[in-house]
Amino acid sequence: MKPVAFDYYRPEALSEAVTLLADMGDEAAILAGGMTLGPMLNLRIVRPHSVIDISRIQALKSISVASDAVITGAGLTQSQALRSEIMAREVPLLAMALPWVGHFQTRNRGTLGGSVAHADPSAEIPLALVACGGTVVLQSRRGMRRVAAREFFVGALVTQRQADEIVTALEWPRSLPVAGYAFTEIAQRHGDFAIAAAACSVRVNKRDRIERLAVALGGVEDRPIAIEVSGFLGHAAEDIPANVSAHAASSVTPMQDRLASADYRTALTKVLVERALSKALKMARLQRDRMQ
Amino acid sequence: MTVLYRAARVRFAVELTLNGQRRSGEAEPRMLLCDFLRHELQAFGVHVGCEHGICGACTILVDGMAVRSCTQYAAQADGTDIVTVEGLAKPGTLNEVQRAFAKHQALQCGFCTPGILCSVAYFLRETPEPDEQRVREMLSGHICRCTGYTSIVTAILEAAATMNKGS
Repeated sequence: MKPVAFDYYRPEALSEAVTLLADMGDEAAILAGGMTLGPMLNLRIVRPHSVIDISRIQALKSISVASDAVITGAGLTQSQALRSEIMAREVPLLAMALPWVGHFQTRNRGTLGGSVAHADPSAEIPLALVACGGTVVLQSRRGMRRVAAREFFVGALVTQRQADEIVTALEWPRSLPVAGYAFTEIAQRHGDFAIAAAACSVRVNKRDRIERLAVALGGVEDRPIAIEVSGFLGHAAEDIPANVSAHAASSVTPMQDRLASADYRTALTKVLVERALSKALKMARLQRDRMQ
Repeated sequence: MTVLYRAARVRFAVELTLNGQRRSGEAEPRMLLCDFLRHELQAFGVHVGCEHGICGACTILVDGMAVRSCTQYAAQADGTDIVTVEGLAKPGTLNEVQRAFAKHQALQCGFCTPGILCSVAYFLRETPEPDEQRVREMLSGHICRCTGYTSIVTAILEAAATMNKGS
């Protein structure tokens, strides 16, 4: 299990990486942490002519806070994001999702951008980005563009990224004040691919009615999906976990694979959404009561 | 341009620090870091298992971080500071964790052990007072087919307690 022979390029500036990729397109593979591309190279699932190693481009490792979003460089490792106080405070949903990503031995190299670019249907980081309503930033020699995460993921391992584009950053909307968040999943073992995962955010008013609500699922369909929940705004919070989880289970079209049947994934959708919402509601009420 | 380029199938020099010593060897771009450490630098404590980042046998410390050495390439490690199981204690001696592993028979065939020991070195630095749950979570990144993990958990918890008492 050794990779095919490849040419190796290691640019130190993003502009150089973009230029190399413009010339090579899909003959090249972008290598960051290598936690996904490494196995695929070793198993010869991918056989690129060239590998462009972007792991030493310092500009891709930043965390910056804008007025409405936190922007993470695509090369930020999952460990760095997990240690960041800014991320814990401003993007709590990602901070909750990251411990589910592999193991610390893989998070020490695996990057946020790599996981998003790879687009495994069960991956936690793409799910968190969809749940938050975040954005993927892409760069090519033709220019920069931003794509909403909810449109970026097209199917299993398929995204809107063009062959000459590099995922350079992710934009995470800053957390709502006085909101609750939760992330949970079911996998065969901790760190394995999620059979199903749920992420949610919720805010409740003084009369315990729902003010804001977002629910997203990973591992269920061929890409992370946001569930349409606007109809539940204004509803009583106590009914939300049961009602929204039933709604989510009836609105998904689950995939079927060696890990689980479609029916099992539907059942997991119900259970995980209910669990996540109960937990997020508890946090949301606590935050609300603390503010008074 | 500051782009480093290495042509396929051509061996080139890779220099790094291995267990405190400057070392160099040669590698093609596709050479896995674990293979480089074994074949070029004779660090035979690096065990190569699944070669796709799952089993944990090849775990080493690169610049202080516990990572897999099978899903990165020698070319990427140029200039880094690497510690393998050979560098966890002075030659001829055992560290606390290794002593506890021996005492509790936390290994049988020993194939997974070097990777686990490197992970534990990192883990106990990050989590000096772990409970059993944290240790089991940490071990989920390693596959051991002999011990059933129980003795490994015991050894790690005891080593952590001893180290805390000593410090």
